[in-house]
Amino acid sequence: MVQTQNETRSITFVQAVNEGLSQEMERDNTVFLMGEDIAGGAGRDDKEDAWGGPFRLTKGLIKKFGPERVRDTPISEAGFMGAGVGAAATGLRPVVDLMFVGFIGVCGDQIFNNAAKMHYMFGGKLPMPLTIMTSIGAGTNAAAQHSETLYSTFAHFPGLKCVVPSDPYTAKGLHVAAIRDPDPVIIFNHKMLMGRGTTAEVNQGLSYGIHVPEDIYEIPIGKANIVKEGTDITLIGLGYTTLLCVQALEELENAGYSVEVIDLLSISPLDEEAILNSVTKTKKVVIVDEDYPRCSVATDISALVAEQAFDYLDAPPVRVTSPHASVPYSLPLEMAFLPTKERVISAAASLLE
Amino acid sequence: METAKQKLDETTLKSMFKTMVLIRKFEEQCKREADSGKLRGMHSSVGQEAVPTGICAHLKDGDYVLGTHRSHHHCIARGVDVSEMMAELLGRSTGTNKGKGGTMHIADITKGMLGANGVVGSNIPVATGAALSAKMRNTDNVSVVFFGDGASNQGALHEAMNLASIWKLPVIFVCENNRYAESTPSEYSIAGGSVADRASGYDMPGITVDGQSAVEMWEVSAEAVDRARAGNGPTLIEAMTYRYEGHFGADDTSQYRDSEEEEYYRDRDCIKRLREHLLEQELATEKELVDIEKTAESEIESASQFANQSPFPEIGELYSDVYTSYPHQKLVETGIVDEVLND
Repeated sequence: MVQTQNETRSITFVQAVNEGLSQEMERDNTVFLMGEDIAGGAGRDDKEDAWGGPFRLTKGLIKKFGPERVRDTPISEAGFMGAGVGAAATGLRPVVDLMFVGFIGVCGDQIFNNAAKMHYMFGGKLPMPLTIMTSIGAGTNAAAQHSETLYSTFAHFPGLKCVVPSDPYTAKGLHVAAIRDPDPVIIFNHKMLMGRGTTAEVNQGLSYGIHVPEDIYEIPIGKANIVKEGTDITLIGLGYTTLLCVQALEELENAGYSVEVIDLLSISPLDEEAILNSVTKTKKVVIVDEDYPRCSVATDISALVAEQAFDYLDAPPVRVTSPHASVPYSLPLEMAFLPTKERVISAAASLLE
Repeated sequence: METAKQKLDETTLKSMFKTMVLIRKFEEQCKREADSGKLRGMHSSVGQEAVPTGICAHLKDGDYVLGTHRSHHHCIARGVDVSEMMAELLGRSTGTNKGKGGTMHIADITKGMLGANGVVGSNIPVATGAALSAKMRNTDNVSVVFFGDGASNQGALHEAMNLASIWKLPVIFVCENNRYAESTPSEYSIAGGSVADRASGYDMPGITVDGQSAVEMWEVSAEAVDRARAGNGPTLIEAMTYRYEGHFGADDTSQYRDSEEEEYYRDRDCIKRLREHLLEQELATEKELVDIEKTAESEIESASQFANQSPFPEIGELYSDVYTSYPHQKLVETGIVDEVLND
């Protein structure tokens, strides 16, 4: 993550993903994309690229690389996810777009039983350089099937790597790293971050989100980023919740506390070292995670800290998560469902007081 | 297709006209609610009203209907209350689902509407299960599942059709082919070009019908529903139709289709054609039809009023209905629930 503070090239999360995909496709002609409406208007020459994906992540790529490498699929998640597994096993580097993470219900077999296990089951003899990108997150009034986070479910499976970008800089670098990785990697892009630029709140003196280099680069999978060093308390976020942690940090600092924020970036492999180093220093930790709390990333980290750093802690770890309930449609309920900056601050305050 | 043709009488025709007009007015009101910012996007069924109207006219108490992400018309055709639907869309506690499901998940079990569903193809096996249940409980009830041309490429449809056929289940698979799966044209995504033809692989009738004709939809459905009720198994109906609006609220259709094509389908509008049919055959007077339209309009107006005046759910509703029975403290153990509840 080398960057100099005086350089600024500010692009949106969506542009950053698009640029990363495009540059890696230029560099490596075994990389290709598959998914529903990733170009749109399929088969109609004059309407090619009608959508570029529902979030426009792949806009313009069919014009650069053609329909052989930017393949619109029928609505057949099991079919095209399985085709991604097969192509990855036989010399290509497919990037498969799963429009919403909830659609895992349709193609879970291909990911959990095939992509995750084939390398291991076959004695390490089969490569699986598959990349899956998907959208996650509530806050858009899209109800229970289109608003989940669910990365914890994927991280549960040995064999899958799971990464969660938190801003345009990490989005580009993680997409590139995922494609180059020899193992299956799932990238979870939060809907509330897509379309979001390097906004003011992430710009204020912090070591990320400031600049997205034009040149291609990788962000190492399995490494967390220390967004801000501090000594009184550790806030751990991932994806959108990193933004909440950063927002909370500003207020807590104004109140006179020294706050450390960790952006996980990867949840499998998990950077246990970064977490434990921080927590043994600050002695207090709040883990902020939008996923359901049962068997989740937040719960896993809480266990890690309790088991490995118990003697250092001033207080038990605190989790700020969604409740154990499906995502509701009605706006007031959805707002109550989501972790917020206020809840992070109040959880932190309960430890600091 | 050689069973005795049922006669489509004047009362049924007028009742279908009323249903279709009500659907259209409902969708138009939704658009206004969206424009005023109260509704954050939905999938409009305008243009496709005849499909569920034609088949639901044959249904009776105890029959089941299952829908898709685009299901307002299925719900209304099945008789779900438009006020409760509108309240659901605005996220109010008086909605069909207490505000928890919203536009893509409207359900009314008392009416046999087992739910709209946001995952493409997801409801098709569920409908097959409802048909299995109807059969195992020795009823003559049937199950109707609507899905789009997009869903016709999901494995779930093929598995369900096979199951329904080997067990002779009373289910009617209704493919509402509106020619686009989001922005993807069906001529690109459907091998062979026909969904109905796929029925032959599963040993059931596969029928293509003009889904913009309520009359034809009614006729074809009569046979399919009879066949299912009589215990002779499933039917696949491919209703050729068109959605006038985008895939969802903000979708600009000009990105993937031409305006000439849109005009062609709007010209053969299902409501317009049924209206003309009623007048030409002298089955209704202009005044009668205008009255039906006005009544529908005021019904939708009061639905909107009801919805807008209804309260949002209490925040505690977030944690109800997760299970039928579950110790509450398990839901609050992260400590977050109480904190929110106390706000």
